[in-house]
Amino acid sequence: MYVSQFAVLAAVLFAMGVYGILVRRNGILVLMSVELILNSVNINLVAFGALRDSIAGEVFALFVITVAAAEVGVGLAIVLLIYRNRRSVDLSEMDLMKG
Amino acid sequence: MSALAAVTAFASAPVLAAAEFVRPELDWHALAPELTLLGVGAFLTLLDIFLAERGRVITSALAGLGFLAVMIPILTLASAGVASEPRVMFDGGYVVDGYSLVLKALFVMAGYVVVLMSTNYFAEGDYWESEFYGLLASSLLGMLVMTSARDLITIFIALELLSIPAYLMATWRKRDLKSNESGLKYYLVGVVASAILLYGMSLLFGVSGSTLLEDIAFSDALGSFSDSPAMVSLGVVFIVAGLAFKVSAFPFHTWAPDTYEGAPTPVTAFLSVASKAAGFVALMNLVFVGFWGRSDVYEPTFWFLAAASMTAGNFMALRQTNIVRLMAYSGVAQAGFLLAPLAVAGDSLDVADEALSAIVAYLVIYGAMNLGVFAVIIAVARYTRTGDVESYNGLFRTAPAMAVLMTVFMASLAGVPPAGGWYAKFSIFKALVSPGTASGYILAAVAAVNAVVAVGYYGKIVARMWFEQPWQPEAEEDAAGSAFSSPATADAAATASDSDPRGLVSVSSAAQLVAPERKLMSLPAGLVLALGITLIATLLFGIVPGTLTHFTDVTLF
Repeated sequence: MYVSQFAVLAAVLFAMGVYGILVRRNGILVLMSVELILNSVNINLVAFGALRDSIAGEVFALFVITVAAAEVGVGLAIVLLIYRNRRSVDLSEMDLMKG
Repeated sequence: MSALAAVTAFASAPVLAAAEFVRPELDWHALAPELTLLGVGAFLTLLDIFLAERGRVITSALAGLGFLAVMIPILTLASAGVASEPRVMFDGGYVVDGYSLVLKALFVMAGYVVVLMSTNYFAEGDYWESEFYGLLASSLLGMLVMTSARDLITIFIALELLSIPAYLMATWRKRDLKSNESGLKYYLVGVVASAILLYGMSLLFGVSGSTLLEDIAFSDALGSFSDSPAMVSLGVVFIVAGLAFKVSAFPFHTWAPDTYEGAPTPVTAFLSVASKAAGFVALMNLVFVGFWGRSDVYEPTFWFLAAASMTAGNFMALRQTNIVRLMAYSGVAQAGFLLAPLAVAGDSLDVADEALSAIVAYLVIYGAMNLGVFAVIIAVARYTRTGDVESYNGLFRTAPAMAVLMTVFMASLAGVPPAGGWYAKFSIFKALVSPGTASGYILAAVAAVNAVVAVGYYGKIVARMWFEQPWQPEAEEDAAGSAFSSPATADAAATASDSDPRGLVSVSSAAQLVAPERKLMSLPAGLVLALGITLIATLLFGIVPGTLTHFTDVTLF
């Protein structure tokens, strides 16, 4: 039972999430990449909570899950609105404003 | 952190879970501002559900009154002597002290001024209005909670509570592609920032074993340099980077100009003042309580962020042709000034006190002057229907009052003495030179150069208003603007096209009808009140800084 295994898993998930955010051009896929980061955070929190003998880690993870759900709800609403107006959720086409 | 310790930790977990639950003591008086605002927000939302369209006329007035009502518990708490005896709840996780009270008052007043600015903006644009004030209230609630949050979980919840409604408010013009784009950019950058912030928080929790900032500050990992310093550094840098998005510091500022331009202007004002201030409040809570012992990590980070934000913000502002984008880059530069004291804050307790008071004073003055600028922008754009800086040409001849007000606010932003901005900048410089270190002096020099560069673009706007020929609207802009313009402009366009189907004389007649001379005289009462409040605050804090320092001389220890 090594905590480092969990920390490494979380770090790998975090890196995958950041990679996805940087290279993906589809709004939905960027949202999924953000979810990867949030899940890496949850793994970290629960593992460290067990290591440190503290309930706060699990509580924090529950809050993260709840808030992430609310956040994605709002995000999908915005993406849907944009799809209705432009029939596309390609982020590279979002260039009405520059400078 | 050996394997053996981990095994024991897992074995003892069930014992921990079975511990007796003790109801935490609640100080209802200390929580009264938040509870009042919660009530106001819930009431506004319910009103919208039951009255629907009929409620439109009263919601903004009720929202304004509700926000003012939140000031009552803030004032009673202040008179109850909270500044000298802080109210502490949840083992130190939620603290109501002088520092949090002055910032709560700032947020509530900023919210009130935003309500005054949005009243006519949304009514004339025919947007859904009632939900807007409910969302504004919940965003403000997040900011009020943030001022008292001394716990990682509370800071995270407050940050999300203030951000999620803001994403919706930025997207408020549902059929306008620019508004959609601005909302999506703000949302994506915001969630990525909070995810990075959370990862940093999870690392800090890992090295300290607690989410309470006080415990983190006195834990082995942050108090000394022995235990896994790399993880502490990563955690601190990730948290600072996550919040740097919120305060739009370079290089995390790219969302700001686009979001500011596309969002409805009152929302832009709200984002550029209240939301940015909330980010700084989170940074101050973390730096002065949680990380304070690890100045070796955060001081260089803030030094870089401050110097880069000031320089990049100013030089990009110099070449902007849209007034809102210019204000966005000006906001990046101002964020640099606000971050600068944090780069020296860890040197000693005296310096930390000085830095904290300087940032709080700057936030209050920045709030007054920046809200003032946006109130003028809204007033002028009501008639010109454009954000182009050229529409400010000759404003002194067409609308002298607006030109004078804009001059005062611009002078304040640039730091010219009679207006408040000079004191804000002065206190930042005082904090920077107080430790007497080389890094402090160099940063002060960078700030001084940038203060001069900033006069370039603020002064250019002022020169346009006083010395140029008055601006005339062009025909295309009238046609384009009619989709979401004020009734007066829409009538003008309609009259022009009715009388002349081929569009031969529409140029001159439409231009005449929307010419700024006559119409700017009639401002809605809300906007006048917003301008009055911000003007009085800007001038008062500049001429008698003592009125402000009396409240902003706070500590966080």
